[in-house]
Amino acid sequence: MLQTITKLASLRNFYFFCGKLLPWFAWPTLILMLVGLYWGLVEAPADYQQKDSYRIIFVHVPAAWMSLFVYMVMAVSAAASLIWKTKASEVVANSCAPIGAAFTFLALATGSLWGKPMWGTWWEWDARLTSELVLLFLYLGYMALQSAFEDKRTAARATAILAIVGVVNIPIIHYSVEWWFTLHQGPTVQVMQDKQAMDKSMLIPLMIMATAFKFYFATVLLMRSRNEILERESHTKWVQEERERL
Amino acid sequence: MINSSQHALKTLLWRDFTLAARNKSEWLNPLLFFVFAAVLFPLGIGPDTVILKQIAPGIIWVVALLAALLSLDTMFRADYEDGSLEQLTLSPYPFGMLVLGKIAVHWLLTGLPLILLSPLLATFFHLDFDATLILMQTLLLGTPVLSLVGAIGSALTVGLKRGSMLISLLVLPLYVPVLIFGANAVAASTVGLDISGHLMLIAALLALALTLAPLATAAALRASIG
Repeated sequence: MLQTITKLASLRNFYFFCGKLLPWFAWPTLILMLVGLYWGLVEAPADYQQKDSYRIIFVHVPAAWMSLFVYMVMAVSAAASLIWKTKASEVVANSCAPIGAAFTFLALATGSLWGKPMWGTWWEWDARLTSELVLLFLYLGYMALQSAFEDKRTAARATAILAIVGVVNIPIIHYSVEWWFTLHQGPTVQVMQDKQAMDKSMLIPLMIMATAFKFYFATVLLMRSRNEILERESHTKWVQEERERL
Repeated sequence: MINSSQHALKTLLWRDFTLAARNKSEWLNPLLFFVFAAVLFPLGIGPDTVILKQIAPGIIWVVALLAALLSLDTMFRADYEDGSLEQLTLSPYPFGMLVLGKIAVHWLLTGLPLILLSPLLATFFHLDFDATLILMQTLLLGTPVLSLVGAIGSALTVGLKRGSMLISLLVLPLYVPVLIFGANAVAASTVGLDISGHLMLIAALLALALTLAPLATAAALRASIG
C-alpha cells in the first residue's frame, strides 16, 4: 500500500496515472451535465412563486457546494505536502486554487443574477453572500502568494501553510458573518427558507447537477495537474518524449 | 532548560525593544497613520454629529486594522535580511516561543499605543465616555489578534522583495471576524444592548490565535528561510 503511494508520488507516475483516470471522469461529466441541465431547465416544473427564474439553482447551488469542497481538497493535499513532502500533492493543491476560485465566483455571479429579479438588488449584505465573498478573497490571496515565489517548492510550502490557516478560519468567518447579520438587523430575506419543502421533481435534477459538478471538478483537476507536472518537469527527458508524442 | 529559555526570551525582548527605540519611525508611522486616516473621514463625510457618532466604531476599527497592517511588513524583515532570524531558528530554544516574543513586542509597540490613542479619535467622532471605554476594551482584546494573525502573513512573505502589498491580500480576509465583533460591540453598546457576548467571542478568538498563530508563524518562517 505504502509502496504504491510513494510510487504514485513521483511526478512522472502521477502524470500517467492522471491520464488513465481522465476519461473515467470526463465522460460522466458530459453525460451528467447534459442530463441534469435538460431535466433542470426543461423537464422540471416551474416554481409556483418564482416561476422560471428559480432554475438558476441548478447551477448556483452545486457551484456554492463546490466552492467549499474544493477548499477542503486543497487544504488536505496542502497538509499532505507539508507532512510527507510529496510533490504530487503540491501539484494537486496548486491546481485546486483557480478551480475553487472559479466555482466561488460562479456561485456569487449566479446568486447576484437571481437576486436582481427576486430580491430587487444585485447585492445584499446577507451572511451567506458575505462569507462566500470572503472565501473568494481567500482563494485569490492563495493564488497571489503562489505566483509571488520563483521557486516552486518554497511556494508550495508557504501556500500550504496559508491553506491550513484558511481552513481553521473558514468556520470562524462563516459564523462571525452569520452572527453579525443576525445581530445587525432582522432577516430581510427569507426566500431561501422555502427550499426545505423541495419537491422531488426539482431535487433529483439538482442532485444530478451536483454530481456532474463533482465529476467536472475531478476532470479539470486532473487536466490542470497534468499541465503543471509538464511545466515543472519540462527539463526532464520523459517530458520531452511526451511532448513529441503529443 | 526552562530558566535558560526564559533568559533567551528576555534577551530577545530586550534586543527588540532596543532596536525599536533606535528606529522610531518603524512603529511611530503606523500610529500617525491611525490618527491621520481617521481624521479624513469627517472631512470626507461632513461634520454631522449624528452620522459621525453612528459610523465611529466601524471607522476607528477599520483604521486600527489598516494601521496594524502597515506595521506588519517590518515585523520580521530586518531580522530576515541581516540573518539573525536564521540564527534564531538554529537556537536550541523552542522557535515558536521566540516568535511569540517577537509578536508580543510588535503588539506592545503598535497595538498598545493604538489603544491609548483611541480616546482621542473617539472625541473626534463624538463618542460618549461609556462607548469610548468599550471601544478601548474591544481594542485591548482585538489588537493582539491582529498582531498574531498578521504575523503569519508577515512570515509567509518575508522572503519576497515586494511582500507588503501581498500581506494585505493574505491577512485582510482573516481579520474579518475581529472587525465584526469589535466594531459591532461598540455599536451595540451605543444603543444600550448587552455586549458581553461580543467581548467573549473576541476573547475566544484571542485564545485561539495565541495558541495556534505562533506555531503557524514559526512554520511559515522556516519555509521562507528555506
